[in-house]
Amino acid sequence: MMKKTLLSLLIAALLVWPFAVGEFYVNLVTQIFIAAIFAASLNLLVGYGGLPSLGHACFLGVAAYLSALMSLRWGLDHSLSAPLALVGTVLMAGLFGLIALRATGLGFLMLTLALSQVLWGTANRWVAVTEGDNGLRGLTRPQVFGMNLDDSITFYFFALLVAMFSFWMIARLVASPFGAALQGTRDQARRMSALGHNVWLIRWITFVYAGFWGGVSGLLFVYYHKYIHPASLSLTNSAEAMLSVIAGGAGTLAGPAIGAAIILLLKNYVSAYVERWNMLLGFVFVLIVVFMPDGLVPGVKRLWARWRRQ
Amino acid sequence: MQFWVIQTLNSLALGGLLFLLAAGFSLIFGLMRIANLTHGAYYMLGAYIGVSILKVIPNLWVAALLGGLVVAVLGGLVERFILRKLAGNELGQVLVTLGFAYIIADFCLVMWGGDPIPVPTPESLESPIEIAGFMFPAYRLAVVVIALATGVGLYLLMERTRLGAMIRAGVDDMQMARAVGIPVSRLFTIVFCLGSALAGAGGILGGPIMSAYPGLDFDMLPLALIVVILGGVGSLIGAFVGSFIIGFVYTFGIALFPQFAYVILFLPMIVVIAFRPRGLFGRQVA
Repeated sequence: MMKKTLLSLLIAALLVWPFAVGEFYVNLVTQIFIAAIFAASLNLLVGYGGLPSLGHACFLGVAAYLSALMSLRWGLDHSLSAPLALVGTVLMAGLFGLIALRATGLGFLMLTLALSQVLWGTANRWVAVTEGDNGLRGLTRPQVFGMNLDDSITFYFFALLVAMFSFWMIARLVASPFGAALQGTRDQARRMSALGHNVWLIRWITFVYAGFWGGVSGLLFVYYHKYIHPASLSLTNSAEAMLSVIAGGAGTLAGPAIGAAIILLLKNYVSAYVERWNMLLGFVFVLIVVFMPDGLVPGVKRLWARWRRQ
Repeated sequence: MQFWVIQTLNSLALGGLLFLLAAGFSLIFGLMRIANLTHGAYYMLGAYIGVSILKVIPNLWVAALLGGLVVAVLGGLVERFILRKLAGNELGQVLVTLGFAYIIADFCLVMWGGDPIPVPTPESLESPIEIAGFMFPAYRLAVVVIALATGVGLYLLMERTRLGAMIRAGVDDMQMARAVGIPVSRLFTIVFCLGSALAGAGGILGGPIMSAYPGLDFDMLPLALIVVILGGVGSLIGAFVGSFIIGFVYTFGIALFPQFAYVILFLPMIVVIAFRPRGLFGRQVA
């Protein structure tokens, strides 16, 4: 009940938001939507699957690069390039899953990190295709049902719609029997195996599914910026998403969204006052892990439960 | 022909530097189950500190020793006061080490600026050496020799000393090691300092070849990761063999297919992971 009221209030607020504030804030929240989808897709692995990936940026980056390259080099229309980019990302997720899921825990973390670094290095060096450090310019936003997404408010609602759909799809997976099995493999992999579940397959499917939604956030990302740079594939990008998941609360639906909002607000506000964003980001990592190890959402839930009892 | 000979030597030199970096990473991972993502930053910090020391004491070997020492102290402090508090929280530890990597990288940018700083080759090693009709840059040979000597030294330390026996016991079964009275927590600090020192010293020894530049940390870290994935976590021999494999693959990759050097790195990793997920020399971790 409580949850439904909160959710309705949030959606109502988000619907009114662009008419209440200026363009800067519309764009800021649009970016939060994109980062939230990205973090929520990573949370499927980290929070529900117990698979700490530090290479999630590869899905965002590859989907964005594929879409950009297909429209720049082949002149494909967005209605073709978007699904093709997602297919490419899913194929890559399938392959990377085969490799990375040879290990679990820290081994999995190092493999995902190494795999995404390979792509990052390639995006930097394969200048003939990716333009290297200059990034790809001159990209466009698609037209959806005749609406011009170049307008920031229209794009805001487009991103909101995609974000709501993504969260709904992710929540459905988590609530499904498959989601229950996934959480079982996180907590008791051997027992799940003894019960006849194919633990590896459950993880691999989740990896691909998370990769798909990572790719969706990548498409929004490249549409929003109309520009793509190897930094989108970087370890920093993966790590910021991971930090969003941890700060908000891994294994909760709302956590990654809240975490992503915190990180983006920090980035936008603090970096206006402090020049050294990277150093600050480093301190944020250390402070969040030391003082908020299980995240904001579980922390607030605990406080709420205590308050209710009194 | 000269191309192949020179590239071979370059591969060996890179392999040697990678070994200095990966040996510590692998030992720390093996003993403490910490994926220390600060390791690349320690390498870069070592290079920059070495640059500053060289201005006062123009001797590369002294700079390497002192630079390694400074980085070792820093590593020890991070281990003692931060990582220790997060024991059991593997993911938290990874993120903290990554946080420190950003802090160090930005600190270096503030202190030493954004332009690459070349490190002069020691005068005694400047002139190339002629062997069998080929000219070899003497400094690269020296790096290979230093890496070999370090490898032998670490091997003796691990296999022939009491300290090494205790570390191996900790790697194999930490709880049993604790139960029989081995001071595992002190070992943690020692290994962390040792690993950081090797990375820092490696940074300045690599200086005359790579120079010191922003981004050096995240250029080296993935290579070290792949070395450890190849060689097997916690294995000294694995780090050694892996370093030279990656040294060759990466150097020849860059020389022959510059755009795909990173993709080529991927290949040995896939082959090893497919057939031997724990790495070439890794042991099954209980």
